[in-house]
Amino acid sequence: MSSNFNVVEMLDISKSFFGVKVLDEVCFSVSSGEIHALAGENGAGKSTLMKILQGVYSMDSGEIRIAGKKVSIDTFQDARKHGIGMVFQEFSLVPELSVAQNIFLDREHKNRFGFFDEKVTISKSRMVMEELGLAIDVTAKVSTLGRAYQQLTEIAKAIAGDAKILILDEPTASLAKEEVDALFKVLKQLTLRGVSIVYISHRMDEIYQICDRITILRDGKKIAVSPLAEITPQEIIAHITGRKDVQMLSHEGKSVERSVVPIFEGIGICVGERVNNVSFKLYPGEILGLAGLMGSGRTELVRAIFGMDKKDEGIVSIEGKEVSIKSPRDAMSHGIAFIPEDRRRQGLVMEHSVKQNILSANLSSLSHLSFLNYTKINGVVQDAIINFEVRPAEANREVRLFSGGNQQKVVISKWMATNPKIVLMDEPTVGVDIGTKVEIMKLVRSIAAEGKSVILVSSELPELLGVCDRILVIRKGEIAEELDRREIRDEDHLQMIVQGIRI
Amino acid sequence: MKLPNVRNIDLRATLIYWMFAGIFLFFAILLYDDGFLQSNNLLNILRQTATITVMAVGMTFVISAAEIDLSIGGVAGLTSVVCALMLRDYGLIQGILGGLAIGLIVGSLNGLLVSRVGIPSFLVTLGMQGVAIGFAALITNYYPIPILNDTFNTLFGSGKIGWFPGLLVWSFTAVIIGWVTLTKTTFGRRVLATGGNRDAAEFNGINTKNVKFKVMLISSVVASIAGLLYAGRLQTGRYEWGAGDELSAIAAVILGGTSLFGGSGTIIGTFFGALLVGLINNGLILAGLPVSQQQIIRGMIIILAVALARKK
Repeated sequence: MSSNFNVVEMLDISKSFFGVKVLDEVCFSVSSGEIHALAGENGAGKSTLMKILQGVYSMDSGEIRIAGKKVSIDTFQDARKHGIGMVFQEFSLVPELSVAQNIFLDREHKNRFGFFDEKVTISKSRMVMEELGLAIDVTAKVSTLGRAYQQLTEIAKAIAGDAKILILDEPTASLAKEEVDALFKVLKQLTLRGVSIVYISHRMDEIYQICDRITILRDGKKIAVSPLAEITPQEIIAHITGRKDVQMLSHEGKSVERSVVPIFEGIGICVGERVNNVSFKLYPGEILGLAGLMGSGRTELVRAIFGMDKKDEGIVSIEGKEVSIKSPRDAMSHGIAFIPEDRRRQGLVMEHSVKQNILSANLSSLSHLSFLNYTKINGVVQDAIINFEVRPAEANREVRLFSGGNQQKVVISKWMATNPKIVLMDEPTVGVDIGTKVEIMKLVRSIAAEGKSVILVSSELPELLGVCDRILVIRKGEIAEELDRREIRDEDHLQMIVQGIRI
Repeated sequence: MKLPNVRNIDLRATLIYWMFAGIFLFFAILLYDDGFLQSNNLLNILRQTATITVMAVGMTFVISAAEIDLSIGGVAGLTSVVCALMLRDYGLIQGILGGLAIGLIVGSLNGLLVSRVGIPSFLVTLGMQGVAIGFAALITNYYPIPILNDTFNTLFGSGKIGWFPGLLVWSFTAVIIGWVTLTKTTFGRRVLATGGNRDAAEFNGINTKNVKFKVMLISSVVASIAGLLYAGRLQTGRYEWGAGDELSAIAAVILGGTSLFGGSGTIIGTFFGALLVGLINNGLILAGLPVSQQQIIRGMIIILAVALARKK
C-alpha cells in the first residue's frame, strides 16, 4: 500500500538530558500512506523522538527531512506548518465548544464583517467528517461525546489542519472494542489519502492488525525496522526487551506461606466498566504483581481497594475479617498504604518540603491532642531520609527541587512511616532513572521481608519478574491468568501472556 | 538542569517585611513634621487595622486551602446589626452570642455549599455577601442602631489595659491563635495540604471536604468577631460596617506572601500585610491627599506590591 518515497526522515538523531543519552543516532522514516508502528519499553526513547518531530524538544544532532527537504522544527507551529499533527493522549479539545468549533479552533472562518462564520465552519466540518466516513454531529458539544468520538474529533481537527503526518500515542488505551474498530477504519481511510501515521502502542495484536512496518527502539537506540509481514511477535518482543539488567531481573525465589489466613482478600470486586468481578488473595510477606496493558483496569482496581473510587460490588476482607473501605481514611485505618501512579499530581504537594510531605500522611501519629510534635516529626523525617537515601538529604527543601527518583523515595518513605500492613504501588518507577529503579525494587523487597504485603502494578515486566512472588495478568478488567513466579520462564514469556498470544 | 534561583525565593518570602520597612521609612521621613512617628499616630494605625487584621487571619486559612471568602464584609455588617438589636432588646450576653451566631450560620452555609454541593467559593460567597448586607439593611430599615451598653463598647471598642488599646488585644490574640493553628496543629497541615494539592491530600487520607467546610466556617466566625469590634468601636450597628473589607483582607493576605493558589500561608506575613494596608491609608491621610487621590494611590501600591509578592 505504501508508495516508496519517504514523507518523514529523521537521520542520526541524538539527544541527551542532563548528560544522559536518551537517543543515540536514531534513524526513523515513514513513507507516504504508511502506518508505521513505533515500539519499545517505557523510556526507550519513543516519546522523546516524537517530541523532537513535533518541535517540543530540540535535538542535539541529526537531521529531519520532510518530503526529502531538510527542515528545522523548533516549535509546535513549525511542526504544524510542515504537516505534522499530533493526536494528544490528553485531548487538546475545548469541551464547551462544538465539534465544528473545535475542528477550526485557531483557524476560524470569518465573514466579511470579521465575525465567526458559523455556517461555513459547520459545512466544512461536515465535509471533513464525511471524508473520514464518520457520523458525528458537528454541532454537538465536545463534552457530550464519548472518549472515542473525542479522539476521532481530534483526528479530524488535525486533518482539517492539513496534517500529512499523524502521530498517535497509545490511542486505544481507553477505547472499547467497537470504538477501536471505528478508529482503525478511519486510519485506513486516511492512508488512502496519502496521510502517513506513526502509531505508538504496546499492543501487539493492534500493531499487526493495522500497521505496515515497525521500528523498535531500546535504550535510545534503533534496534530494528521491518515490515510486519516479515517479523514474528516473538522476534518483536525479543527486540523490545533485549538483555536486561541482570541484578534487577534475578528473582530470589523466596517462598510465601499460603496456608495461613490471607492478609487481604477481595471477592467479586467490580468498578464501573473497568473492573469486572475480580477476586484474589494476598498473603503476609507476599509481593503480588498486577500485569496488564494500559487501560486494562489495574489502576482502577487498586484505587478502589484504597477507597479512592467507589466499588460497585465486591467484598473485601483484611486478616479474615470483612471490612468496609469507603475512603482513603478507612483504608489507612486498616493498614493500607497507596503509592499512586502520578507522584506529581497525586503523591506529593510539590511546593511543600520533604518534611511537610512526610508529615501529611502521618498527622495523627506525629501529634498529641492535634498539636504537632516537632521533636518526633524531625526524628521520623531524619530516619526516612537516611533509610530511603533521599538525596540531597535536606528535610526542608521543596520536593519539586528533587529529581524524579528522589521524589518517589519521598512518597515511599512517607507511606512507610505510617507502618502499613499492605502497600499498594501503582507504577512506582515511572520516570526515574535506572539506578533509582533498582533501589526502589530493593525497597519493595525489603518491605516484604519485614512481613508486609505488596501489590505492585507495573508495565515494566522486568520489575514484576524481579520482585513478585505471584503475578495476576489483568485483561479487560478481569483476571486473565494467575501465575506463580516460578511458572514464568522469562520476560518474553510473560510478555506473550500479557498480550494474550498463545504459544 | 535549571535550578531555581534560591535567593529569589528568599527575597519573595521576606518581601513583605522589606516593603513594610521601606514604606514605613518613606512616610517617617516625608511626614515627620505631620506627626507620623508620634506614638499616638502609630497606635492609631494599629487600632484602625485591628478589624482588617482579624478578618485577614481567617482569610489566610481560606486562601491557604485554595478557596476565597467574599462574604466577610457582609457578615461583619450583619453581625453588628444583629448584635446591636439583641443587645438593646435582650441584653449584653444575648447580643454577643447573637452576633457570633451570624458567623456560625453564614459560615456553615458557605461551607456546606462549597464542600458538599461543590459550588465554587467565589460564587457562593459573592452571593452570600449580597444576602448578608441586604438582610442587615432590611431588619434595620437602613437605620443605624446605637449601642448604649458601656461594657460592650469597652470590651469591643474603646477599652484599654493601661495605655494599651483593647482593640489591639483582639488583633494580637487573633494573630497568635491563627499562627499557632496554622503552624503547630494537624489542622494547619491539613489546610495547607488541601490547598497545595487536593488530590495528593485525599490520597494522604485527609478529608478535604471537611477541611474546606471548616475554613469557610472559621472565616465567617472570625468575620463576626470583626463585626463586634466594629459595633464596639463605632458604638452602633449598621449594615454598612465592613463593606469592602473582604478586598482589604485579601490584599493583606496576598501582600503577606500567602499564595493565592493555595498551599502556602503565613499568618505573620498577613499581620504585616494588614499593617501595610493601614500604614498606606494613614500616610496618605496625613499627607493631606483628597480621598479620590488616596484611592488611586492605594490601588496602585497594592497592585504593585502583589505583583512583587506573587508566586510565579
